[in-house]
Amino acid sequence: MHEEPVLQVRNLRKQFGPGCRECGQMDNRQLEKNYCTNCGTVYACQDISLDLYPGEILGIVGESGSGKSTLMQCLYFDAEVSSGEAYIKDPKLEGKNVFDLSSQQKRYIRNHSYGMVYQNPVHGLKMNFSSVGNIAEKQIAAGNRNVADMEATSKKLLESVHIPLHRMKEEPQNFSGGMQQRVQIAKALSNNPPVLFLDEVTTGLDLSVQANVLDLIKTIQRELGISMLVVSHDLAVIRMLADRTVVMLNGAIIEEGLTDQILEDPQHEYTQQLVYSLL
Amino acid sequence: MAMLEITDFGKRFTIHHLSKTMPAVEHINFTLDAGEFIGIVGKSGSGKSTILKSIYRTYLPDTGKLLYDSGRFGIIDLAKVTERQMLYLRKYEIGYVSQFLNVMPRTTCRQLVTNALLEMGESEEVARVETERALTHFELDSKLWDSYPNTFSGGEKLRLNIAMATVKKPRLLLLDEPTASLDQQSKEKVRQIIEKLKNTGTTLVGIFHDIEFMEGLCDKVFDMQTRQLTTAKETAVYES
Repeated sequence: MHEEPVLQVRNLRKQFGPGCRECGQMDNRQLEKNYCTNCGTVYACQDISLDLYPGEILGIVGESGSGKSTLMQCLYFDAEVSSGEAYIKDPKLEGKNVFDLSSQQKRYIRNHSYGMVYQNPVHGLKMNFSSVGNIAEKQIAAGNRNVADMEATSKKLLESVHIPLHRMKEEPQNFSGGMQQRVQIAKALSNNPPVLFLDEVTTGLDLSVQANVLDLIKTIQRELGISMLVVSHDLAVIRMLADRTVVMLNGAIIEEGLTDQILEDPQHEYTQQLVYSLL
Repeated sequence: MAMLEITDFGKRFTIHHLSKTMPAVEHINFTLDAGEFIGIVGKSGSGKSTILKSIYRTYLPDTGKLLYDSGRFGIIDLAKVTERQMLYLRKYEIGYVSQFLNVMPRTTCRQLVTNALLEMGESEEVARVETERALTHFELDSKLWDSYPNTFSGGEKLRLNIAMATVKKPRLLLLDEPTASLDQQSKEKVRQIIEKLKNTGTTLVGIFHDIEFMEGLCDKVFDMQTRQLTTAKETAVYES
């Protein structure tokens, strides 16, 4: 079975701080968790490599501060990587490390190939724009200029995330957290991206809304075949959504496997502790 | 070759917080031919589930070979296939039924079975028809179809579980204590269901707590003693 990943990440590193003689060498650096006690440099992502395949949901779990969100920000070009490579399945970009591209090309990828749902809707939405305007903004960025078409797509998306259409002109700041999150998902999907990044999308939502959002994500996977990277510290959410899961600790991937295998037969000491903590 | 050929299989668990490694099963050997039904009986904790979960790769196999004759990949060692290959096999070839139902919250019984089919790429129409056929076949009352399974009884949950697994028409079906915690009547129903599956040519490995239940249904019964399959007795092929 030969499958080509839609996203390939190789040796992604992200550090905050200049590094020093003590921690400059990758191989034998002595860190306290993920930072150097000598110079205070934080190694947020250390040598991350992963593949995301067509139509799959890849879960990323780990405690707060393990580097999950930094990884997502790097992949979505919200943050510069310190070093590393990523390749996306796009005939025009074949063999090109997307981190080396110009900011214009990166924006093109963000607008055409990626969707992002942030943990905090403030980062993904303009809170004082209408909801439908928020969605149209992403479509315009992706090159759509047909107003009727954009409105039709926006309505369809808002309906699919259960936002009543009579409120579509309302600003997200008037909405509850769950509704804001759903508008954000609608926006992220509006350019029909092959890759969707979801960062703690259900954190802070009540159980009922969480069930809605989980169902929505599964439906998107099934009907649109979109590949997703799902970051969560909630193992129950990961169990419901992810086909495969990677476990991060102190900026590094310490274990990866089929989700049920990670949960039932964890190999790494930390993963075992994590799984034993599951209610 | 046979559909499944297990040679000198062993699995141990490393428990870090105890700094211990515990053997779960060792030196397991058996062969399963297409269309055959193998039953494994034994005490709790003897390692029965470990074998099934290792075949399904919920557990990472340690030693030995788990050769499977795949429709798609030919003969492969389930201990060594890639995660993506295993996901493919789970979707199209190997089914797993446990006594627990673990499904998306707030999703109806009907939708759960339909989703299993849609994920395989079936059309909406085929999925709808097949779902109703399966739910009827496994004797789930049509009044239950549009309710959420957390309101179901143990027997109903189990039959839904079996429906979700078998609707995909797996070549190999693993049954992990499908009769545990069921009353006599529900057990009898499950027995009939297994009989139906067997008659339609599904290859089965099942774990059962009580040997009586197995009588006459399995082609082979293995007794799981501590960590090893010590006795293997042939029973008469069940004639319908």
